[in-house]
Amino acid sequence: MSSELLVKLTDVNFTYDRRPVLKGINMQIPRGKVVAIMGLSGCGKTTTLRLIGGQLRATAGEVLVAGKNVGELDSDELYALRRRMGMLFQFGALFTDMSVYDNVAFQLHEHTDLPEELVRDMVMMKLHAVGLRGAHDLMPSELSGGMARRVALARAIALDPLLIMYDEPFAGLDPISLSIVGELIRTLNNALGISSIVVTHDIQESLKIVDYVYFVSEGRIVAEGTPADIRKSDQPYVHQFIWGEADGPVSYHYPARPFGEQIYREAPRAR
Amino acid sequence: MRDDFFSGGLRGLGRRVTDRVWRLGFAARFLLATIRYSTVAFGRFGLTIREIYFTGVLSLIIILVSGLFVGMVLGLQGYDTLQRYGSSEALGILVALSLVRELGPVVAALLFASRAGSAITAEIGLMKATEQLSAMEMMAVDPIARVVAPRFWAGVISMPLLAALFSALGIFGGYLVGVQLIGVDEGSFWSQMQASVDFREDIVNGVIKSAVFGVIISWIAVFEGYDCEPTAEGVSGATTRTVVTSSLAILAADFILTALMFRGA
Repeated sequence: MSSELLVKLTDVNFTYDRRPVLKGINMQIPRGKVVAIMGLSGCGKTTTLRLIGGQLRATAGEVLVAGKNVGELDSDELYALRRRMGMLFQFGALFTDMSVYDNVAFQLHEHTDLPEELVRDMVMMKLHAVGLRGAHDLMPSELSGGMARRVALARAIALDPLLIMYDEPFAGLDPISLSIVGELIRTLNNALGISSIVVTHDIQESLKIVDYVYFVSEGRIVAEGTPADIRKSDQPYVHQFIWGEADGPVSYHYPARPFGEQIYREAPRAR
Repeated sequence: MRDDFFSGGLRGLGRRVTDRVWRLGFAARFLLATIRYSTVAFGRFGLTIREIYFTGVLSLIIILVSGLFVGMVLGLQGYDTLQRYGSSEALGILVALSLVRELGPVVAALLFASRAGSAITAEIGLMKATEQLSAMEMMAVDPIARVVAPRFWAGVISMPLLAALFSALGIFGGYLVGVQLIGVDEGSFWSQMQASVDFREDIVNGVIKSAVFGVIISWIAVFEGYDCEPTAEGVSGATTRTVVTSSLAILAADFILTALMFRGA
């Protein structure tokens, strides 16, 4: 992790509704690398992305993106920074009242005064990169889950960002789409010379494509390393996560009082 | 135990009241933000025109048909009452004043809240639930400027036009029943109407009422959509709240406006 840093989180805490979500997160995303943030649902992965994108502000600590402290930017500065970021949402978040073409052209229409012929060429190039040039006049309702994810990816790279953030890019995809999306993340990262942050719990697919992994559990980073380090790790949490074991530091059961006590107390009500 | 019951009840009541007041304050700030970020709605008027089509033009059928039937019923009921006093020629005045002053703005607003207000809330709510608004924010486009403001202004512009069309079709309905069906004198019907309906007092006041209703419905509709829980249940609750709150607000505002406009008239 020695190359120049694009994103740096230092001692970041985030509290929502008096409940601590992130507790002292330190993270570094170098330029040109694909970094994964892994963990169970609700562990604070998506919150981390939202802090980097400025949709949430850290309760304590510092979030630096391209040298700027996101928490201290006013709305104009934040919007200027966001033009250099792309984000892929969990289910694509395509605008359902616009065609595939208009979705990808959205930022070009909103932020530039380019002539429509040029916009069209750029949109077709982006769609070609994700293999969907032929689907430009379809509506989002006509796309499969994997295609929608790829259109969203083309939309995310429309303004050639410095950083792309992926929120659960593999969720709900069939094995072929999953592999295609994984391959695309790596290829686009290398071809465009950008940095990528992938939030996921799909460990097998992401270990194939990422350069570095952070494991988050209950708002803290519990393990980190390259995919090779992670595969070799004997930390109980990492082991349980990789092998999908029910027993380990992460409990399968939601906290509850002892079974016997519950049965005894609730028995009279059942009668 | 008894003290707990009362203090718990009072705490719950207090919390509900402060929540409502807080939400009202948030809605007021939201309206100010919508107005402040309206440059996109007017600078790129095509966006607003598109929303006028969805909220206004697509509401035309229900407004026109309802207006026609309300006017026809007014014709029947009005004739039945007026002929008892031998003044059935005044039917034109009764139909026109009822529609232009009251029924046009109010019934058109209630229909508009049900047809278009609910659709605006559901659309914005679903955009929120499917992260489209978040995606827009992450693409450095403000959803209040791009999504909320055009829909708000489309409602404000459409409402007076729809109320005017409602009244026009209602008067035509009254004419069909009163003059063509029952046989009230056509000359008296139109001339008495022309002589008695005042442009400033009746028509302009009716337009002002419908414009105020347009602001109320559009404000409630966009706010409920933007503020809803991003779940299926949240969107459904917000849509219901839009219709119920708009309807009550329209009737309350109508009373206040009528009291202010027609004092001693």
